Amino acid sequence: MGSRDQATDIKSQSADFCGQAVATRDAYGSALLELGRRNEKVVVLDADLSGSTKTAKFAKAFPDRFFNMGISEQDLVGTAGGLSLTGKIPYASTFAVFETGRAWEQIRQTLSYSGLNVKLVATHAGITVGEDGASHQALEDIALIRVIPNMTVIVPSDGFETKQVIDAIAEYEHPVYVRLGRAKVPPVMPAGYRFIIGKAHTFSLGSDVTIIATGIMVSKALQAAEQLKKQGIDAGVVNMSTIKPLDTDTVLEAAKKSKLIVTAEEHSIIGGLGGAVSEFVAENHPVHLRRIGTSDTFGCSGSPDELLKLFGLTSENIVKTVEGFFQDFRR
Amino acid sequence: MTAAPQSPDIMALKDQARIVRIEILKMLTASGSGHTGGSLSAADIVTALYFYKMRQRPGDPSWPDRDRFILSKGHAAPLLYAVLALSGYFDKSLLGSLRKVGCPLQGHPSSKLVNGVEVSTGSLGQGLSISNGIALGLRLDKKEARVYCLLGDGETQEGQVWEAAMSAGHYMLDNLCAIVDVNELQIDGRCCDVMTVEPMAEKWRAFNWHVFEINGHDMEEIANALDEAEKIKGKPSVILARTIKSKGVSFFEGKAEYHGVTPTEEELQKALLELDSNGK
Ligand SMILES: Cc1ncc(C[n+]2csc(CCOP(=O)(O)OP(=O)(O)O)c2C)c(N)n1
Ligand SMILES: [Mg+2]
Repeated sequence: MGSRDQATDIKSQSADFCGQAVATRDAYGSALLELGRRNEKVVVLDADLSGSTKTAKFAKAFPDRFFNMGISEQDLVGTAGGLSLTGKIPYASTFAVFETGRAWEQIRQTLSYSGLNVKLVATHAGITVGEDGASHQALEDIALIRVIPNMTVIVPSDGFETKQVIDAIAEYEHPVYVRLGRAKVPPVMPAGYRFIIGKAHTFSLGSDVTIIATGIMVSKALQAAEQLKKQGIDAGVVNMSTIKPLDTDTVLEAAKKSKLIVTAEEHSIIGGLGGAVSEFVAENHPVHLRRIGTSDTFGCSGSPDELLKLFGLTSENIVKTVEGFFQDFRR
Repeated sequence: MTAAPQSPDIMALKDQARIVRIEILKMLTASGSGHTGGSLSAADIVTALYFYKMRQRPGDPSWPDRDRFILSKGHAAPLLYAVLALSGYFDKSLLGSLRKVGCPLQGHPSSKLVNGVEVSTGSLGQGLSISNGIALGLRLDKKEARVYCLLGDGETQEGQVWEAAMSAGHYMLDNLCAIVDVNELQIDGRCCDVMTVEPMAEKWRAFNWHVFEINGHDMEEIANALDEAEKIKGKPSVILARTIKSKGVSFFEGKAEYHGVTPTEEELQKALLELDSNGK
């Protein structure tokens, strides 16, 4: 048993998750463990969900640098703030809905206003939480955090990118919000990809449409683009993994090149990526735009795949939206 | 309408709790996800509320004089659904589609979808404040109705619980009875290891509450505490009910792992055998 544990441990140590289908929360758990080995300043806090957020891995290896705060998200965020004031680099994790919802004002007043070096890494964001239902599905968290000055908001698309995000934010002395998911996601980022905070990754820009996607929707956007190309629609895809600060250079480029911009996110169409891109293009380069996400509604219980279909978070719906636009456009 | 009977039929209540547990286990096995441990630990308490103490009219869920039940630990939804179905709020056949797309029985209770659910819960720590508000409103309206609020022991780590505890004490809400399901476990392990909640009785007393400490699986003690709480005037009551997580399924009992893990078909059959033999 012990030797088997060691073997898996060594494997996860060296994994950068390139090309691997893995839940972003799992990539987080491994990345955090490795980071903990390299950087003694890293401390981790959780709110009674360490098994689910995967901070339990770090907790097991570094019990002295792990603090379970119990079911008290406000205390979690405040304590992380205090730890940062002693030069530590706190990673504070719980489910996205509770971290950004219950502790919003602590994030605003304590972390952001003072510019504290705290990493809020929330898991179980979005509809793919599944069966737990609306109470546990954060569809507003990007909006909630994006609106706060000083905050950086990052939504990795796969395990490979997650690992790099977790490493990068340790070197970045600002409060950061990272949004991770529960369900396994396919790999999308190419080998050799290097994540830089605030820099989008352009797979390609389409003369007809560019789909600007984030998180799990990047893989759906890539599938949709393939399908659209077969139908003679020149479609490109951008992975906007940093939502704040928004990579406005890339958005501007896409707006200039494409007839249509589609945003795609596992989040409300209000205030998230769709909101951020709309705000920017409306002022700087008005262009036709469609937002894909949940439409001002709560989620519900069901399996992640069923819910993705129910709420239109699929490549099919991206294709349909683009087709619909060009039908009207040509008329 | 179901009026509160004068004295509890303990044998009948025990058997009702057994039936409630059976429904919970069947429902959870069918759904394949959901919260087993905390539904079973509070089954005796909530059975006593619905089948002995509370004045309710399942056919008229918004009857203004009804006693209110607020499930602050919303993850025990299967328990609430079982007692609501068995009371006649909705058809029992719905239980089989718990957590499925399109089923009103959400993973955590939604008051917009299910008759008998007073308010949506699932995010811990919010139920006691809601209960206070209802108790204040009922008092303004000079209603006899009482408010019962069920919390988890881990849940009492939320700051809002203590803000609400202070308010209820301050406003002397004697039409309110909180019940804490003290099963000594939360998700990451034992409460005393994760974040100590003890000494609980002293904490509640300090906030001006009358405290009952009982065995939460002894139907007589439960019924008695609920009766006595009604007689306490000038302050709210809290029942600290000592329980065993997953009570009723011997091979799940007291294990933190079964907080959010559902029985397999095989485990269900084994559990049903245990519960059936308890009924004889
Ligand atoms: C605000 C909030 N934080 C975290 C959770 C996730 N969660 C669900 S149940 C639970 C543990 C609850 O423990 P306890 O209150 O003791 O309940 P019980 O043992 O009766 O199941 C946690 C942390 C939640 N539902 N709400
Ligand atoms: Mg408990």
